[in-house]
Amino acid sequence: MATKEYSFYPGCSSQKGASSSNYLISVETLCEELDIKLNTIPDWNCCSASIGYSGGGELPRLALSARNIALSEQHHGGQDIVATCAACWLATREAAERLDENADLMAETNEALKEVGLKLEKNETKIRHMTEVLIEDFGYDELGKHVKKPLEGMKIAGYVGCQTNRPFGIAGESFENPKYLDKLVETLGAEPVEKYDKKVSCCGGALAFSEPDKSQALVKDIIEAAYDGGAEMIVTPCPVCQMNVEVYQDQINATYGTKFKMPVVYYSTLMSVAYGRNAKESALDGQIIKAKKLEEIAAK
Amino acid sequence: MAEVIKTGTYICKGCDLGHRLDTDQLENIATGEGGAVLAKQHDFLCSQVGVEMIREDIDKGEINRLVIAACSRRAKTEAFRFDDIAMTRVNLREGVIWIRPETDEAKETTQEMANDYVRMGCTEVKFMHTPDPSHEQTLNKHILVVGGGYTGMTSALESSKAGYLVTIVEKSDSLGGTAGKLHKKVPTHSPYRDPEDTGVTELTALIAADPNITVHLQSKITNTEGAPGRFTVSISAESGNTINETFGSIIQASGFTAYDANQLTEFAYTDNADVITQLELEALAKEASGGAIKRPSDGKEVERVIFVQCAGQRSQKEGHLSYCSGFCCNTSIKQAMYFKDSNPDIYTNVIYTDLRTPGAGGEDFYRSGQDKGITFTKGTVNTIANNNGNLSVNYKDIILDEDSTLDVDLVVLATGMIANSGVNIDAVKEDEDADSTEVAVPVESILNLQYRQGPDMPQLVNGFVDSHFICFPYETRRTGIYAAGPVRRPMDTKQAADDATGAAMKAIQAVENAGKGRAAHPRSGDLSFPSFRKEGCTQCKRCTVECPFGAINEDEKGYPQYNESRCRRCGTCMGACPVRVISFENYSIDTVGQQIKAVEIPEESEEKPRILVLACENDAYPALDMAALNRVEYSPYVRVVPVRCLGSMNTIFITDALNSGYDGVVMMGCKKGVDYQCHFVKGSEMAHYRLSKVADTLQTLNLEEERVAVHEVAITDIKRAPQLIDDMAKTIEEIGLSPFKF
Amino acid sequence: MSDLNTQLVEKYRNNFLQEVKDNVEEGDWVKMCMQCGVCSGSCPMGPYWDHPPQEIFMMIRANKREEVLSSNSMWMCTSCYNCIARCPRELPITHIMHGLAHYAKRLGLAPKNQPTIKFSQLFWDNLMKKGRVNELKLGLSLYFMNGFAEGVKKAWKMKDIGLGMTLTRRLNPLEILGGHGVKDQTGFQNMIKKAQELEAARIESSVKK
Repeated sequence: MATKEYSFYPGCSSQKGASSSNYLISVETLCEELDIKLNTIPDWNCCSASIGYSGGGELPRLALSARNIALSEQHHGGQDIVATCAACWLATREAAERLDENADLMAETNEALKEVGLKLEKNETKIRHMTEVLIEDFGYDELGKHVKKPLEGMKIAGYVGCQTNRPFGIAGESFENPKYLDKLVETLGAEPVEKYDKKVSCCGGALAFSEPDKSQALVKDIIEAAYDGGAEMIVTPCPVCQMNVEVYQDQINATYGTKFKMPVVYYSTLMSVAYGRNAKESALDGQIIKAKKLEEIAAK
Repeated sequence: MAEVIKTGTYICKGCDLGHRLDTDQLENIATGEGGAVLAKQHDFLCSQVGVEMIREDIDKGEINRLVIAACSRRAKTEAFRFDDIAMTRVNLREGVIWIRPETDEAKETTQEMANDYVRMGCTEVKFMHTPDPSHEQTLNKHILVVGGGYTGMTSALESSKAGYLVTIVEKSDSLGGTAGKLHKKVPTHSPYRDPEDTGVTELTALIAADPNITVHLQSKITNTEGAPGRFTVSISAESGNTINETFGSIIQASGFTAYDANQLTEFAYTDNADVITQLELEALAKEASGGAIKRPSDGKEVERVIFVQCAGQRSQKEGHLSYCSGFCCNTSIKQAMYFKDSNPDIYTNVIYTDLRTPGAGGEDFYRSGQDKGITFTKGTVNTIANNNGNLSVNYKDIILDEDSTLDVDLVVLATGMIANSGVNIDAVKEDEDADSTEVAVPVESILNLQYRQGPDMPQLVNGFVDSHFICFPYETRRTGIYAAGPVRRPMDTKQAADDATGAAMKAIQAVENAGKGRAAHPRSGDLSFPSFRKEGCTQCKRCTVECPFGAINEDEKGYPQYNESRCRRCGTCMGACPVRVISFENYSIDTVGQQIKAVEIPEESEEKPRILVLACENDAYPALDMAALNRVEYSPYVRVVPVRCLGSMNTIFITDALNSGYDGVVMMGCKKGVDYQCHFVKGSEMAHYRLSKVADTLQTLNLEEERVAVHEVAITDIKRAPQLIDDMAKTIEEIGLSPFKF
Repeated sequence: MSDLNTQLVEKYRNNFLQEVKDNVEEGDWVKMCMQCGVCSGSCPMGPYWDHPPQEIFMMIRANKREEVLSSNSMWMCTSCYNCIARCPRELPITHIMHGLAHYAKRLGLAPKNQPTIKFSQLFWDNLMKKGRVNELKLGLSLYFMNGFAEGVKKAWKMKDIGLGMTLTRRLNPLEILGGHGVKDQTGFQNMIKKAQELEAARIESSVKK
């Protein structure tokens, strides 16, 4: 298979020293294995996720995404934009669609873009999430061919969460019970949790910062349901989900008297390990709650 | 009858029957106890060769009774269709091998089952005759339509298009009915965005131009008698003359009367000219003709209007209608559009508790209303008061849980519809029963039927004419007379048009079948009909009272007088008759009773109980067939006898069965009550009623009540029906075998 | 209350629905709500909303302008999009909530001391500085948003998390010194400024119409 190239939008949290820097490391490893070339959008900016709305009105927020899309059009014309972060993907795709539907907003956005010497010309760039690329451009069969160390004997809960699932999601999947993470887990040789109650429940998103108690109550249910399903690990495609579900477990234990110690990994980490890469390349050192079983497999 | 009975029994060995059963033994039973003159086995009876073999024997006169021992009577009906001979089917496949395991232990009881079914078939057929219609009626292609509204006009035009003559009788001085009073109607075509023309003018013109259609305005029906194919009707016409004519069938499209809003004192309807009904708004809108609508009190152009949904409807309050009239939500949206389309700045608010917009375009129309800026408030209106010439509407907002007041120029009340179904014959009957001296029938009859059971059609609930709401929506309880439109259930013009067309097709079906001497429906094409043995009849009138379709009148001596083409062939009369003198040529007390007796009852010591199942052939029997298809096993001690309707079940069957040593009897009929599923409306209910009196019989026989069970079984009860049989088997196990085994 | 707010009240007297339609992101959709309540039942923060979305829509139609705009309800939205996915009328409820929240903030009607309002503003301000979010500074400003003393307390409570993040190199203390950002700072700032100007002008012109 020839090298596949994409226009890459890494997003703020994947930067060096940021909360999902480990995600980027494992994605890079994965891309090496699958012969994917990610061309980073030059001088990309933040998308404002879905929390910037207090200060940012609709138009300034659209301008943020429009700048990224315009930069991609200019530098990587013809390539699909690929994001690894759910919020980046969602905000960018939503902006593209909104601008496509509303000529007035498009005109105003382009007026703002003049300030940076850019113009959104066609707005035809497809904006995709990394998991979409894996499933649609490669497919489970192809992804399975690269497995060198099947994750045998592991039971993993696929926590899809919100923004990689709604409102766009992966084509052909349902909002209420998407199966793609489970299929991916199966492809890698592990066993998915078939009935994972909280698969698409919200972790609180950005409100983990402003409403920690309410959010942690949601996270508690998500982890509990994974334990109930017999899982020893949670896998997720979203940086906010990963962080919220992983890092507050001690606080949740203190509040609710639980004894959670559930590793939460990215699909890219799982894949890197199954593809035979070492712990560092799979970013296992980025786990605050260590994924011991994966470390063992990676060390074999 | 001195006819020599020559039964031919044909046993199929296909579908594994030959492998699972000893067919030689079946053949011996047929020619032995069964008395068949010949019995033949075939590897593949429903094949052309197999069928031709049977045909040949019939044609050569070798046989005059036919027993096919193969699959269920519901399978291979085309292949095994022999109209010219009395025949029955023995169900060895769905009834025996598919519901029994293929094990050595089961082999004996399975074979016994098959043996009994062959005995039963050979016995039954001896008591059957080839049906022959009475030819009491002729083909009459003239249809009477009662009511010249939207429904009636549509029915008339549809019937005419199909080549039938139509006479419309309309009580008012013009065609159009309620629809004729409307400014516009709810849209019937995509994109369902705007109100559309009512189409009444076009319909009226089409009727005027149609040579097949005669219209009598300001006319009434003073007398109706007869049956499908020969209804004689007296029409009191505008001229003052009475016209007598005969019709093949009748469509009753007598529509509805608007609810009297004067009863709604809380809404100040009587005291305030600016509180109006939807129908009154139509008149204002017609007058405005697309321009500004003016309010009645002072002619001011309306700027703010509120629509009150469910005014006097869907409420248990005294004097209110308990039901939803179905059309009013869409109508309010339409009427709010009258305002919005003429001036988008007019404030229109629809206050509702549940907005219901039935029909294909209902939801789109609702969205269109929202898009045009109509406000929809979920709430209930408490009072409407006059406030210096304006109206103050006090309502409770259900979402916000608070009381609010809105000042408006005009209030429109969505009041409901009351069916014009004539005299409630059941209420009349109740009055008679109560020996009431008051005549509590203020309603004028519409049809003036000369029927034993009363002058109009029976009603189901809330005064709407009973027509089979779940399976056969246009079939009323008077064969050959079809209800269409809001007389049947609440509906709008679009639904009424569909209804009118359906009723026209039913009317045509009745005309054509009557002309051929066949049953109209649901046993369409059945040539048999009931007759009674006069010598035995005690003139007790049970049959004339219980017939769900009022098919039986009484002659001057009180004997039943059958009207063949009114009859649906359900056999409820046969089940009702205490002296058992009513029978069909191919279905009678004997054809069922002798089957019951043909079963071999094992000695008590053998510990093999026998359970009789009388299963309605419309729902319960197919449910058992489907259970068999799914290989659901049930007790081998059961013997199933299909009946046309559980209503045809005569209590003698139970007494006979118990007397001859059966250990239990299970009866399976359809759902009864106001949400009935019975094909024959009242059949199942009658059976349940009769069985309520069976306990006495059991007591005299000194038997446990649990030995007889009656159940409502739906066609979908694929698991439940076999379970009910097994439940009875378990009961027998618990209470022990019957002492009546000889 | 801002001058703009007074003008808007004047202009849209008794028609808050129209005001929302004209000035709020995706506000034109509000009239299409059919009050089924699926959004309210689907919201993960449902129990904490004073007025769930269904009610907010009804309040808009009932002209409850003050109550809606000063409500903390919209600020409870986690942007999980459950309501959007399930709404039978396909209303972009999440966006309408964001739009209403922003509009309330713009007019100075949003509730004071609401944590998400503060965080949301901090997030925006943070990203405005350099074009990309600096998580360390965002985190610290979050802890200190209610004053110094409480900030120290919060930071202490969160210290283990911070430590965990730092040890796994997912939080870099050196970010305090600068950190990531877009290269074209001036252009970026001008672009946002322009967009803000255009948007403000649109709302102001709606008052004059």
